Amino acid sequence: MKAYDVFDGPILKKSEIAPGVFDLTVLCPTAARTARPGQFALFRVPGKTLRRPISVCGIAPEAGTLRFVFEVRGDGTRRLSGFREGETVNLLAPLGNGFEPGDTSRRALLAGGGIGVPPLLAAAAPFGKNAVLAAGFRNRDAVILKDDFEALGCGTRIATDDGSFGRRGLVTELLDGLSFDVVFACGPKPMLRAVAAAAKSRGVPCQVSMEERMACGIGACLGCAVKLRGESGTYYGQVCRDGPVFDAETIVWEG
Amino acid sequence: MADLRVNLAGVALKNPLIAASGTFGFGREFAQFYPLSVFGGVSCKGLTLEERPGNPPPRIAETPGGMLNSVGLQNPGVARFVESELPWLRGQGTAVIANVAGSTAEDYCRMAEILSDTAVDMIELNISCPNVREGGAAFGTSCASAAGITAAVRKRCKKPLMVKLSPNVSDIGEIAAAVEGAGADALSMINTLTGMRIDLRTRRPVLRNNTGGLSGPAVFPVALRMVWQAHSRVRIPIVGLGGISTWRDAAEMLLAGASAVQIGTVLFSDPYAPVKILGGLETYLRENSAAAVSELTGQVRPW
Repeated sequence: MKAYDVFDGPILKKSEIAPGVFDLTVLCPTAARTARPGQFALFRVPGKTLRRPISVCGIAPEAGTLRFVFEVRGDGTRRLSGFREGETVNLLAPLGNGFEPGDTSRRALLAGGGIGVPPLLAAAAPFGKNAVLAAGFRNRDAVILKDDFEALGCGTRIATDDGSFGRRGLVTELLDGLSFDVVFACGPKPMLRAVAAAAKSRGVPCQVSMEERMACGIGACLGCAVKLRGESGTYYGQVCRDGPVFDAETIVWEG
Repeated sequence: MADLRVNLAGVALKNPLIAASGTFGFGREFAQFYPLSVFGGVSCKGLTLEERPGNPPPRIAETPGGMLNSVGLQNPGVARFVESELPWLRGQGTAVIANVAGSTAEDYCRMAEILSDTAVDMIELNISCPNVREGGAAFGTSCASAAGITAAVRKRCKKPLMVKLSPNVSDIGEIAAAVEGAGADALSMINTLTGMRIDLRTRRPVLRNNTGGLSGPAVFPVALRMVWQAHSRVRIPIVGLGGISTWRDAAEMLLAGASAVQIGTVLFSDPYAPVKILGGLETYLRENSAAAVSELTGQVRPW
């Protein structure tokens, strides 16, 4: 069986769940059977040289669907947001390694920032009420997926930059009084770095989902480099193939 | 059905389509999609004598009709290629072209010697990589240095030798002729054009290396023109590359003077592009009553 392939999938459902943030459900039975939380798809954008990577937000093998939530960041994602229900998107999936859930009776912390939150929903699913989401957004309008996490039984703690929803401040400021055994994180690099440090100070393992400009998505072109710590020093690994999820201890934080 | 076979400086290719170096790794990732025997040949990721870590990220920037890369020759080194990658690639039913780059003439020569005693079909001399500080393009941008390195490697290389030319020169025909005169068995052209993008918010270049190599459809007309110019100056076969995305591009490249073509960047938007390009070429040959793809080479009718 192929680890990944190119598929044409009809969009079954599409909605704008926050300004500029779109929620797509794509029929793609073959990929939906094998996809794991933390993996991603590369969406073809007509007229563009490069595909756009979008993490899997939900996996429904029985329905044969994958759910993707993405933010319009530039011309490519804007064009993707223009696809309508019933139209077909072309995706290369499933890609990357995904989160390692391990023992789901452990208490999991899902730490997310902005558009980094969607892949954590898929990661939270097997933990249900053993999981707590600590997420940061720009403001009240940008808060997404809170109800989805709560529907899984997860606790939620929200922070916003301007205090218009939840607590004003950073994701790491939501961790006071929380106890957890494992951390899954996705978001901007400074947030990931801070969450990784918080996890380390508590002696808790932390898996982070990284982002980098990407071309092939399968580990052939070596475009999406991330500096990693190995047994014989540091080296550049590939976000698409070696990640996007990494043990935070292996990341050499830069920039 | 038209004969798609091509003889490239003594290397028999079952069709004129070659995966371009740097876009295809050592083939394993693309073998998930189709057998690599779809391709007439595979030009592997650029090799250096020792392992290279590559450039810091970001290494990729999209551009109108193309992309910039500054990977910086990240590779495991020639010895590990021979030990861990070549035996598998050799067994995939496609010609294996080893792309090599160095920072000194001696690097190139030693790699040519090492690879001469292996099962690779051909060596592609990369004297045109724009993304490494020394070597690479430094050898490819003057006639004297391009001819010098070609002659030095030719003496110590027992495999057919293809030299990959840089487009970042003032007269491509002069360089092509100089490289042929120095003993090259074939030319591949073009490598990427040096380019740049700047992030308006940070005022930093998008690429950590500041500049990178431009590839994709945007460069195709430049590549086509350069192949056409070189073809009038040399007798050795030319492998045309640079932004080929469709069978039409491939056919144009052959008409301009190429004996075979490489495809690279198109694989990122459509990994199945080689299958489509070959299908289109076959139809074109049939509709034009051509018995062999080799009949197209150089058959442009210039005004």
